[in-house]
Amino acid sequence: MSATTETNYHAGPDAVSKKKSRYRRVSKGRGNFELWSWVFMRASGVLLLVLVFGHLFVNLMLGEGIHGIDFAFVAGKWSSPFWQTWDMLMLWLAELHGFNGVRTIINDYTEKDRTRWILKGLLVASALLVMVLGTLVIFTFDPCLDPSSTLSVCAR
Amino acid sequence: MTATAEKTDQTGGQDSPKAGVVPSFTVTLKISRFDPETDSEQHWETYEVTAHATDRVLDALHQIKWDQDGSLSFRRSCAHGVCGSDAMRINGKNRLACKTLIKDVNPDKPITVEPIKGLPVEKDLIVDMEPFFDAYREVMPFLITEGNEPTRERIQSQADRDRFDDTTKCILCAACTTSCPVFWNDGQYFGPAAIVNAHRFIFDSRDDGGTQRLEILNDKEGVWRCRTTFNCTDACPRGIEVTKAIQEVKRALLTSRF
Repeated sequence: MSATTETNYHAGPDAVSKKKSRYRRVSKGRGNFELWSWVFMRASGVLLLVLVFGHLFVNLMLGEGIHGIDFAFVAGKWSSPFWQTWDMLMLWLAELHGFNGVRTIINDYTEKDRTRWILKGLLVASALLVMVLGTLVIFTFDPCLDPSSTLSVCAR
Repeated sequence: MTATAEKTDQTGGQDSPKAGVVPSFTVTLKISRFDPETDSEQHWETYEVTAHATDRVLDALHQIKWDQDGSLSFRRSCAHGVCGSDAMRINGKNRLACKTLIKDVNPDKPITVEPIKGLPVEKDLIVDMEPFFDAYREVMPFLITEGNEPTRERIQSQADRDRFDDTTKCILCAACTTSCPVFWNDGQYFGPAAIVNAHRFIFDSRDDGGTQRLEILNDKEGVWRCRTTFNCTDACPRGIEVTKAIQEVKRALLTSRF
């Protein structure tokens, strides 16, 4: 191969960094974040298996099964701190698990830093919205919001 | 080289093959060409080559370069699968051209030959390997020891040697790293080859730099970016279980924490 004046084949490591920035390796910093995110994915996955299938079993199989699900059923469940905690855990873990998965996909597929930050911004906003609203609903849920409610707990 | 002598033979006596002669056939090679001085992007060029069943893709490339088009550029040194210079994308899979028999990659259809992906193409099948070696250098691929040097050699049991035997086989051809979709994206991921070479020292009982190397691979662009797609294991011409090595580094990181 004849070395031409334009291309310096013996320029060493810096030749790449100056010419083709896309290929330059830039240190993105240390820290255990990726390790914990990896562990979280596995741990939340296992927990979600229990939570989701427990949820499905209780809602669809126990008692009257799927036919027993109505407003009163949900109201009854959410009057108990146990189910409030269960549902909140399920909401948070599922949302964060999904958030982390999509974050990974964005990291893997976006090429430009700008696109990456925009997509991640949207993702964070949507995850926060779902978690905050969901948690708010679980804990501020009032079965008697409707004045004409016929539920027994609302009888005064 | 014997291959050259064979080729002159074969073009001469192609019409009347003698008994015991390896049968020859015509094969089409579709090669990705790029000349940085005239081209703005890569394009395909097709060549017809007469090959034997014993010929490798590298022999076909030689034939093209020597007899048809001298401007074709590719790397090769030992031509016997040891130096790791001629990794290229043959029919969409990363292989060493010197270890791939033409008859094994379906010569009935045109065989595509491209440079390995994810590294800047310099000319034709030659890529700039510097980003690849940058990642390799970062994992400190050399023996790091503490304390006094022993008066004689550093003794190691057979079992300790076997622990990292698989990853000593790496020839740094970049077939694994450039088959990794995560590496293709932005080239920031350390890549399988760098992790394999870190593994070779992390699990070496004579080495004391394991903790440092693990910390390096705990980086945002380190082992946690591995999606276990097994492209690297499939691509490795030395048969290294690359994905397994990466997982072992992950496990070592986890066990050092918990």
